[in-house]
Amino acid sequence: MELYVPILVLAVLAAGFAVFSVGIAPFTGPKRWNRAKLDAYECGIEPTPQPIGGGRFPLKYMITAMLFIVFDIEIIFLYPWAVTFDKLGVFGLVEMVLFIVTVLVAYAYVWRRRGLDWD
Amino acid sequence: MPSLNDFGHDPLWISIIKAVVIFVFLVLAVLFGVWTERKLISRMQHRYGPNRAGKFGLLQSVADGLKMGLKEDLTPSGVDKVLYLVAPLILVVPAFISYSIIPFGPVVSMFGVKTPLQLTDLPVAVLLVLAMASLGVYGIVLAGWASRSPYAILGGLRSTAQVISYEIAMGLSFVAVFLYAGTLSTSEIVAKQAGGGTLDIGSLTIPMPSWYAIQLIPSFLIYVLTMLGETNRVPFDLPEGEGELVAGFHTEYSSSLKFALIMMAEYVNVFVVSGLSITLFLGGWRAPWPISLWDGANHGWWPLLWFFIKLVIVFGFFVWVRAALPRVRYDQLMALGWKVLIPLNLVWILLVATFRALRVDKGPVVFTMLAIIVIGALAVYFYFDTANQRRREARAQEIQQDFETLADAPALGGFPVPPLDLPHYHGVHSSKEVTSGSN
Repeated sequence: MELYVPILVLAVLAAGFAVFSVGIAPFTGPKRWNRAKLDAYECGIEPTPQPIGGGRFPLKYMITAMLFIVFDIEIIFLYPWAVTFDKLGVFGLVEMVLFIVTVLVAYAYVWRRRGLDWD
Repeated sequence: MPSLNDFGHDPLWISIIKAVVIFVFLVLAVLFGVWTERKLISRMQHRYGPNRAGKFGLLQSVADGLKMGLKEDLTPSGVDKVLYLVAPLILVVPAFISYSIIPFGPVVSMFGVKTPLQLTDLPVAVLLVLAMASLGVYGIVLAGWASRSPYAILGGLRSTAQVISYEIAMGLSFVAVFLYAGTLSTSEIVAKQAGGGTLDIGSLTIPMPSWYAIQLIPSFLIYVLTMLGETNRVPFDLPEGEGELVAGFHTEYSSSLKFALIMMAEYVNVFVVSGLSITLFLGGWRAPWPISLWDGANHGWWPLLWFFIKLVIVFGFFVWVRAALPRVRYDQLMALGWKVLIPLNLVWILLVATFRALRVDKGPVVFTMLAIIVIGALAVYFYFDTANQRRREARAQEIQQDFETLADAPALGGFPVPPLDLPHYHGVHSSKEVTSGSN
């Protein structure tokens, strides 16, 4: 646990600095109220009304996020394997080749279904 | 040479001193990093850059920071107030935390206490950096979402998609390093890069420099690409494509300290990936070759200097890239991340692992594996290559067809296009020349 205490110290420092900056900002600057200034910036045209909760966004971003989860978990599998590779020897190699081939099948499927194409 | 056992014995006040020093170092690094970048890039573009505030414009960033503090702190009327304020904090704090595991030097005596020049080290140190990078993504997506402005939300989504895409390639490029080092702890990875390694090809033994950047060149090159993508830097700075998205996810964070925080988080992230590249690939704080001949080079406080020099060089690379390259298109960016870097990485990992296994076991199984991997990779590559070729040809044909059907048919949505095979003026015989106006 002692290993993590210094991280906490640095986190507290950084958080303190950030909170201080955000907190002090309203008091250091002037305040001149202007309705147009408080609108969302859209290069001068009337701002498009945005629904509360974000509204709709392209589905591609969600697909990217889902694929990210799949591959990120794969990476997490690779790390302990890589660290203990010298102890596992050939067994580890064979297992990992099988695993990566399995992943690549899924990967090829996604590619074929144009899941990786942007436009 | 510090190892994991050297950590966790610091009294709290030493930890606090080290944390404060790292924090101050990062803040100064951001201030002068911005100055360095502006100065360097302006010299590359034949201009002077900042030269008014202080000697050589050195105080330019300080002046900018002060100016931001003295500007009106706007909170646009439509925003989600809580998340709008919290998002910069979520961006900044993980960026700083990542630096706690970057090793700066060996064990030194600090105020009479023996302690390594590194805030702390974990058995899963590199994982901490990846985790913090993922947390930083929340800051981006929340900043874009809470602003409730079309530009901000689009920029936030784009940035998120880009960062998570490149995070996969980044995570994969580390695997080969861990395979060689056998540990995730940064101090031990640096230790593993000390001294010369060897490369065995058959019976031939070639002495190799011990940096993983040289031993594992493909991993290093992939990491260089992903560190540009991960930090939203040129040529992958699409989230801030000012021509299309104003400023991306921080459009609504106009000139105030909140914007300064976001800016700072971006630069700290640049220093984090630079520090990580030094630690994992460029030999860490250890002196490079000509200097390392001197016995004292890797002892005491000197390594701080080597680390700093390497950091300046890597940061200089960032600036150089920014001056040299244009921005890529978004679909190209995603295609590079998903279709090139990931499969390349996976195949490379398998190859490295097989060669590693060859060292311990020269049995037939390993050779079979090697053959399967190589042949499999080639087969997949050629399959996709031919498929790609076919698709390109089909696309060219389609364009040609479109052109032919639409060229002279404005009613179908086409446009009058002059025929592409018109003769050049000097190619027309003077006798056949038609004067303008006659028909």
